Amino acid sequence: MELFYSLLPELIRMVVCAVCGAVIVFGNALVMGYAERKLAGHIMYRPGPMEVGFHGILQLVIDGLKLMGKQLVIPKNADKPLFMLAPLLAFAPVFVPMLVIPFSDKIQGFDLDVGLLLILAFASINVLAILIGGWSSNNKYSLFGAIRSVAQNVAYEIPMLISLLAIVFMTNTFSLKEIAAAQSPVWFVVIQPLAFLIYIVAMVAETNRAPFDLPEAESELTAGFHTEYSGMSFSLFVLGEYANMFIVCSVATVFFLGGSSGIPLPYFEYTGIVWFLLKVYALMFFLVWIRWTYPRTRFDQLMNFCWKYLIPFSLVNLLLTVVLVKLI
Amino acid sequence: MKSYFSVLFTGGWSLIVGLKVTLKALFSPIVTCQYPREKLEITPNYRGHIDLVKFDDTGTHKCITCGSCMRDCPSDCIVVDGEKREGVKGKFCTVFTLDFTKCSLCGACVEVCPTKTLDYSNEYELAGTTREEFYYDLLKRVEERE
Repeated sequence: MELFYSLLPELIRMVVCAVCGAVIVFGNALVMGYAERKLAGHIMYRPGPMEVGFHGILQLVIDGLKLMGKQLVIPKNADKPLFMLAPLLAFAPVFVPMLVIPFSDKIQGFDLDVGLLLILAFASINVLAILIGGWSSNNKYSLFGAIRSVAQNVAYEIPMLISLLAIVFMTNTFSLKEIAAAQSPVWFVVIQPLAFLIYIVAMVAETNRAPFDLPEAESELTAGFHTEYSGMSFSLFVLGEYANMFIVCSVATVFFLGGSSGIPLPYFEYTGIVWFLLKVYALMFFLVWIRWTYPRTRFDQLMNFCWKYLIPFSLVNLLLTVVLVKLI
Repeated sequence: MKSYFSVLFTGGWSLIVGLKVTLKALFSPIVTCQYPREKLEITPNYRGHIDLVKFDDTGTHKCITCGSCMRDCPSDCIVVDGEKREGVKGKFCTVFTLDFTKCSLCGACVEVCPTKTLDYSNEYELAGTTREEFYYDLLKRVEERE
């Protein structure tokens, strides 16, 4: 019993962190789902959702209800256990990285020494989910989407990791909080602009978004890996995608845009979250913006760009960083 | 080797140009019309189904029941009939129906009408659930119109 009381604060902390993580995942999906459709509309000179609520603000609630009410169709020849597992696997791991993201100096679930590794490890599970989903659907479009996704994610993970590694060499830590704190005079985007650019490109490819959304290229593959998914199992994939967007944008904010630093507000240890979310959503806006600007790349262009440009450039960048860190 | 880098710069520049285009579009006013609530002004040149014209001088149409439209109609969708009445010069039109399910909107009837009493209407909201909804009684329509 004494052990229980000594552990109680930590237990409460865990529960609060888990709940807050869930709130961020779902809230972010709501906000981004609405913002994406609204921005897509205005970029095409149309208003976007307008029917449900003031300027369609409740559209996502209605969509959620609709998706929940739909039947979960499982194809006859699908591998049923794997087919049901894939959306869960796409969605469940996105909660874990939320725990280590430093939203402000004091708002952070756990300050792990290996926070970056944790995020990257859990973000990669998404690829596995897509592969399982595409494979078990027993549908050629799904399979093609899954294969493309794996090829693309494996390729783009390399420049992403190398560009982040340059920052890790400069700060000498994997802890996100310390990396954010290391940028107090100048943000790393000024010192490492090339790494930032490479990270942004790799981040778009990692989240499977346009112009790198080949896994779900609707003009060629119907809907790619989630062709056979309906109702809630489909929306779990979408929730996972938006949560992954949030995570990669948070990592970009922590690594390159100074985390929660900004113009001081009262109680800045807590209110830093305002600046943090502002930066994250600015990046998310950028993701949406390029989605509705660029046409989808061809698959060979995608691969060539990664192997011929991103990886050599990130390696050179890493090398220069290492040399400079050693000299200074 | 030279093209390796030049591609990067020309490509990168084209990406920035593209972003500028969409950003401009994002802050431009929307051009679509929220249809059931807003309606666009229909141009007078719009060629809807035919309708009888209501003339200001007589307060009604000027159909003389010549039947030219009925004969000219390639789809056989117009029926005109009339009778002789006391005090009325010529024939008095009693039936003028249009079977819009067959009408191909060719406009031959409008061109042939000797009194210019046939014209295209501006009607475009033409959804219906039964076939009978598209059998128009044009005489009734001209009376109901103000």
